[in-house]
Amino acid sequence: MSDLLAARAQMAMSLAFHIIFAVVGIAMPLLMVIAEGLWLKTREEVYLTLAKQWAKGTAIMFAVGAVSGTVLSFELGLLWPNFMAYAGPIIGMPFSLEGFAFFLEAIFLGLYLYGWDRIPKYAHYFAGMMVLLGGTFSGIFVVTANAWMNTPAGFSIVNGEVTNVDPIAAMLNPSSFSQALHMTIAAFLSVGFAVAGIHAYFLRRDPDNLFHRRAFAIALSVGGVFALLQPISGDISAKRLAKYQPIKLAAMEAQWETERGAPLRIGGIPDEEAEVTRYAIEIPKALSFLTHFDFNAEIMGLKDVPRENRPPVAIVHYAFQIMVACGIVLITAGILGGWLAWRHKRLPTQRWYLRFVTCCAPLGFIAIEAGWTVTEVGRQPWVIYNIMRTADAVTPMPNLVIPFISFTVLYIFLSVIVVVLLRRHIFQSPRL
Amino acid sequence: MLTLELCVAGAMLISLIIYMLTGGADFGGGIWDLFATGRRAKAQRDLITQAIAPIWEANHVWLIVIIVLLFVAFPVGFAAISTALHIPLTLMLIGIVLRGSAFVFRTYDDQSDTTHRRWSRVFAIGSIITPVMLGITLGAVASGTIHVDIESGQVDTDFISAWFAPFPFAIGFFTLTLCALLAAVYLTLETDDTELQEDFRCRALIAAVSVGAMAGLSFILSAEGAPTIRRGLASAAWSIPFQILTGAVALWAIWTLWNRQFRLARILVPIQVTLIVFGWGVAQYPYLVTPDLTFSNTAAPDAVLRPMLIVLGVGGVLLIPAFWYLYAVFKGAARKTKQTEEEVGPYPDNSA
Ligand code: HDD
Ligand code: HEM
Ligand code: HEM
Repeated sequence: MSDLLAARAQMAMSLAFHIIFAVVGIAMPLLMVIAEGLWLKTREEVYLTLAKQWAKGTAIMFAVGAVSGTVLSFELGLLWPNFMAYAGPIIGMPFSLEGFAFFLEAIFLGLYLYGWDRIPKYAHYFAGMMVLLGGTFSGIFVVTANAWMNTPAGFSIVNGEVTNVDPIAAMLNPSSFSQALHMTIAAFLSVGFAVAGIHAYFLRRDPDNLFHRRAFAIALSVGGVFALLQPISGDISAKRLAKYQPIKLAAMEAQWETERGAPLRIGGIPDEEAEVTRYAIEIPKALSFLTHFDFNAEIMGLKDVPRENRPPVAIVHYAFQIMVACGIVLITAGILGGWLAWRHKRLPTQRWYLRFVTCCAPLGFIAIEAGWTVTEVGRQPWVIYNIMRTADAVTPMPNLVIPFISFTVLYIFLSVIVVVLLRRHIFQSPRL
Repeated sequence: MLTLELCVAGAMLISLIIYMLTGGADFGGGIWDLFATGRRAKAQRDLITQAIAPIWEANHVWLIVIIVLLFVAFPVGFAAISTALHIPLTLMLIGIVLRGSAFVFRTYDDQSDTTHRRWSRVFAIGSIITPVMLGITLGAVASGTIHVDIESGQVDTDFISAWFAPFPFAIGFFTLTLCALLAAVYLTLETDDTELQEDFRCRALIAAVSVGAMAGLSFILSAEGAPTIRRGLASAAWSIPFQILTGAVALWAIWTLWNRQFRLARILVPIQVTLIVFGWGVAQYPYLVTPDLTFSNTAAPDAVLRPMLIVLGVGGVLLIPAFWYLYAVFKGAARKTKQTEEEVGPYPDNSA
């Protein structure tokens, strides 16, 4: 394994690990705040129990999220010192703001988790809100830093030197809005369905359990609502890509030729040697329409750029298909649930539906990992799009495979423990 | 002159001091977890757990603030440090991961003695690696062995010799003793149980003496290990009085511990640690990484520093009350009266 490859693998592995805990840190506070709010309003004991149980399960995730995030902050320098020496000041604004979001989150998390009996009820509720706010903004800020890597802005290069740095313009680069929106929705959507799936599993065995019924209702509503929003924001992202990163879009769609009226491809096997995509189901002109609202708009193909500037097409294409497929299933689950609830005027606890939602539990997380693969691998070979190559960013440190393996082993170990402990926690949930 | 980059450097130094006083004490808790002995070993561990559980994540954020300030304001310095000190920093990260996760796992895993003990061991080892590696990093940065070509940013390093030397290790263990001292002194006031108080008083005294020994050793080794800074210290007018002051506070702190004036010790020891870290920071000036990188030759442009300082100012105004509230709730007078069983674990029993 070359040092560059080891560094990329370590970065990707650390991010893929962190993102799971990060989205839980963003979205679980929403579920807890809803439950606690309902308790304050109705004084039904079950909501309080629910908020406490959720808080308890989430505490483990928060801790692992915090330590794995710390690893990332250092890894930016440990693995990509040249990138950071170049980009650090330009994208410093979102990182500095993120620091405050972390503080907000960590301070109020302490109050939330350990303060049930120590602070007044409404102060506790307020603490939950602050955790939610802190988590959401942590996510938004860090994603704007990543968006800058896709569409660098807020500086100019004169004779190879960076000048005229404008940190605010860098933070508000053209990708920030669409990426931050899409990511935030993704977090609520995935966690909503994951939690709904877990409670659906228990409801199948114990249909009258009030605890699981209330939990299922809250989580499914959150997941369902955000599922409906996600394709809209995905569409915004795709339009932005068509404008700013046409090569990434071409790789996602495995589009080789530059053409008018480009089709949308479902499935298919891109052949990077022969430069064709075989066996795909093509929906004529759909891609042109979706990205430009014009059936005959021109879409750039991969052949327009030299091979050494193309991302790995197959990975990006498959990853994109996986994300969209997960999205479609989740939207279906959301619409179906809404329809069943409206039709029968009650919680949709039909056994087949519960089984369906249980199967949906992991899909959001799979979509998130796939979506990030699209974004990050689709940006290759650049770490800063069209400005710095990944190969030029890497540290001169030799033997990078050693830290890569060490962190991989460490993270696998942590994952196993987290799963075991969460399982235990979930199976001990109250029977009301 | 007070330039923008010095303001940022000052903010970093303040953050480091707060991190030592808060996060450092959390690591110290881990050290005393490892050395929990005797009849009251379990009680000691429980006290440590309940003392740090609600606050360690917030305390930990100070470290992230330092790193972010470093890479935003002094990007070349960050790149050089993380290149030359890749190995101790990676070990520090492993320590951070093990400490944080073992600490929560211990609360959530089954409560049998063996499981508990196993996680405690991991928690303690993580709590020891992290401050030692942090100290080694700071020692290496001060030692003058990391050479950087300021034009190209190229670091001349074999990745080992800069930190694998007596002086950085002395600073590493010095840091460890400071953490242990802080934790022991704080813990004397976390309990009403006089026997536990005695346990931690005794530990605090041991730590205080070790701090003195490590300070002396570091000073001796600095002649060889950090010549530039040592020379600067020897010639600065403030240096001698400042060192006398630090020493006087340290002795006074030991005196108060000896006489069981825990409240006074609780004030003096943080002052002592603040003076030590502050003194190091000032001695380090004007170097970020001795001998090639100074604060001014690595600083980001003012267009970056100015908005960042504004963010720091505004953010500080918002956060300080929140931080204060957190401490008031869990460390204030109220906690004494509400010391119930459930504090050992964070939540009421599962089976309820
Ligand atoms: C629950 C997760 C989830 C779901 C169901 C979807 N996505 Fe997504 N997608 C993400 C989670 C995600 C993500 C992980 O959050 C990404 C990675 C980077 C980003 O900003 O969001 C992403 C990236 C991403 C990008 C690339 C943006 C870039 O490169 O900067 C596009 C074009 C889409 N998505 C489009 C869609 C469409 C059309 C969907 C239709 C159903 C969809 N996504 C469902
Ligand atoms: C899209 C990717 C990311 C998202 C959405 C995200 C979001 C979050 C969220 C919501 C948290 C707090 C929740 C928790 O503690 O579990 C968190 C923690 C953290 N993240 Fe990330 N993050 C991402 C990537 C990164 C990257 C690239 C870095 C490093 C530069 C990073 C650094 C951190 C740190 C240091 C923490 C710990 C904060 C604490 O101590 O509370 N994250 N992240
Ligand atoms: C948390 C969700 C994320 C995931 C799962 C993810 C995934 C990946 C993957 C798969 C790679 C390797 C790409 C390749 O080598 O082909 C990568 C590289 C990288 N990512 Fe991300 N990424 C995420 C978010 C971020 C964020 C928020 C940032 C920055 C703020 C970031 C910064 C980087 C950097 C610096 C590299 C290395 C350089 C490169 O390969 O281009 N990533 N990430």
